[in-house]
Amino acid sequence: MSIKRTPLYDRHIQAGARMTEYAGWQMPIMYTSLTDEHHAVRNKAGLFDVSHMGEIFIQGPQAEEYINRIFSNDVADIQDGAIIYGFLLYPDGGVVDDLLVYKVSDDYFIFVVNAANTDKDYEWMMKYAGEYDVIVDNNSDAIGQVAIQGPMAEKILQALVPIDLTGIKPFHFVDDIPLANTRALISRTGYTGEDGFEIYTPAEDIQKVWDALIEEGGENLQPAGLGCRDTLRFEASMPLYGNEIGEEVSPLKAGLGYFISKTRDNYIGAQAVKEMRNQGIEQHLIGLEIIGKGIARTGYPVYDEDENEIGVITTGYMSPTLGKAIANARVSLSERSPGQKVSIGVRNKRIPAMIVDRNYLKNK
Amino acid sequence: MNKVYYTKEHEWIKLQDGKGYVGLTDFAQDQLGDIVYVELPEVGTELEVGEAFGVVESVKSASDIFAPVSGEVVAVNEELEDSPELINDDAMENWLIQMSVEDEDDLENLMDEEEYNDFIGEE
Repeated sequence: MSIKRTPLYDRHIQAGARMTEYAGWQMPIMYTSLTDEHHAVRNKAGLFDVSHMGEIFIQGPQAEEYINRIFSNDVADIQDGAIIYGFLLYPDGGVVDDLLVYKVSDDYFIFVVNAANTDKDYEWMMKYAGEYDVIVDNNSDAIGQVAIQGPMAEKILQALVPIDLTGIKPFHFVDDIPLANTRALISRTGYTGEDGFEIYTPAEDIQKVWDALIEEGGENLQPAGLGCRDTLRFEASMPLYGNEIGEEVSPLKAGLGYFISKTRDNYIGAQAVKEMRNQGIEQHLIGLEIIGKGIARTGYPVYDEDENEIGVITTGYMSPTLGKAIANARVSLSERSPGQKVSIGVRNKRIPAMIVDRNYLKNK
Repeated sequence: MNKVYYTKEHEWIKLQDGKGYVGLTDFAQDQLGDIVYVELPEVGTELEVGEAFGVVESVKSASDIFAPVSGEVVAVNEELEDSPELINDDAMENWLIQMSVEDEDDLENLMDEEEYNDFIGEE
């Protein structure tokens, strides 16, 4: 498979980005410094190219019934113009993908899915589409997407659009907004824990949006790469497919049961979810703060005080915002109280850590 | 000026006062990005050429650092414990360890500056 370039590839090269292959795409990992970009998003604003994300359109009179079959959350509960987070599940309760569902109307929805899973998701969705009066289109390559994130995001974008952005509440969107000589779908969403927007246009127009935002933002806005996207989402307790959840890791093990319907049992995976809910879950995602020296990284083993291996680090960093090493761990541990001690296998050593609230930014 | 030798693993070693000062190259610090943690050996540790003696961690990843020659660690740069970012500021100035050089022939297997620049040009 050849490596794809987003429509913003030239902009990244011009900005001196360090490029990396991610999910089959050439993406900017960082422009100047991961830490600078991270702080820019927390304190001012950052601009991400997220054109690699997948957009799959579902249209037709039975769109809602079809989505109820394949999607874990209750799409019927939201209004037109609203967005809901949830999962495509396998029958055994593992995760095909986590995604946002945009409700345009009762018969028109857009799934925004992970780049690495887009083809897999589309195939999975097509398996069931034939049973319903719906058309499922993978429009991922035709759509460009940027995310402007940070406390100054609204002010910067506001200067470029003729609508009042305060009218777009979190997890809502407005389509067909004139912006930089194109028309955009704008949602108040993101993957950083900060206020901000995700902006979708035809792929060929996204460069105009990028340029207009960079010019308008001036010193308050800087391009931000995938490197800080991961540290930002991690600090904000947001899961990453493949780390906190995955084909063999149920969302229930990541504390994400809220996004799986408790009222319906007609979606794929419902039976497995019900059994897990009834029997209780063995593994749980916890937050850790490293007390000793070192950094816990993805895949490192976690031990209890009696030296039993109890789990694994799913994501860990030296947190740029908090200035200390923190980590998510998926563990089998009956008692999980804040302050409780565990240790982490870092290379040939054990470093001590303690359980903390996984809502890391709250303790800032 | 004392000659600086370079390894393929992007360390440098410079002989001064009979000791080898070992650091990370500017190319390496640039590739790593913001360095947030450095793990160094105890003074007195005996190192074989090519042996991993420590770890440099950026926000993204952890990378081993390797002994450019065989010898004993005689000092570690303790400043890096609290300020690992000094390596980003000036990688050639902020050495990691000082070590004895058991066999100066080890140095002959390393690259000089010109050879190293050619080497990273190919990477």
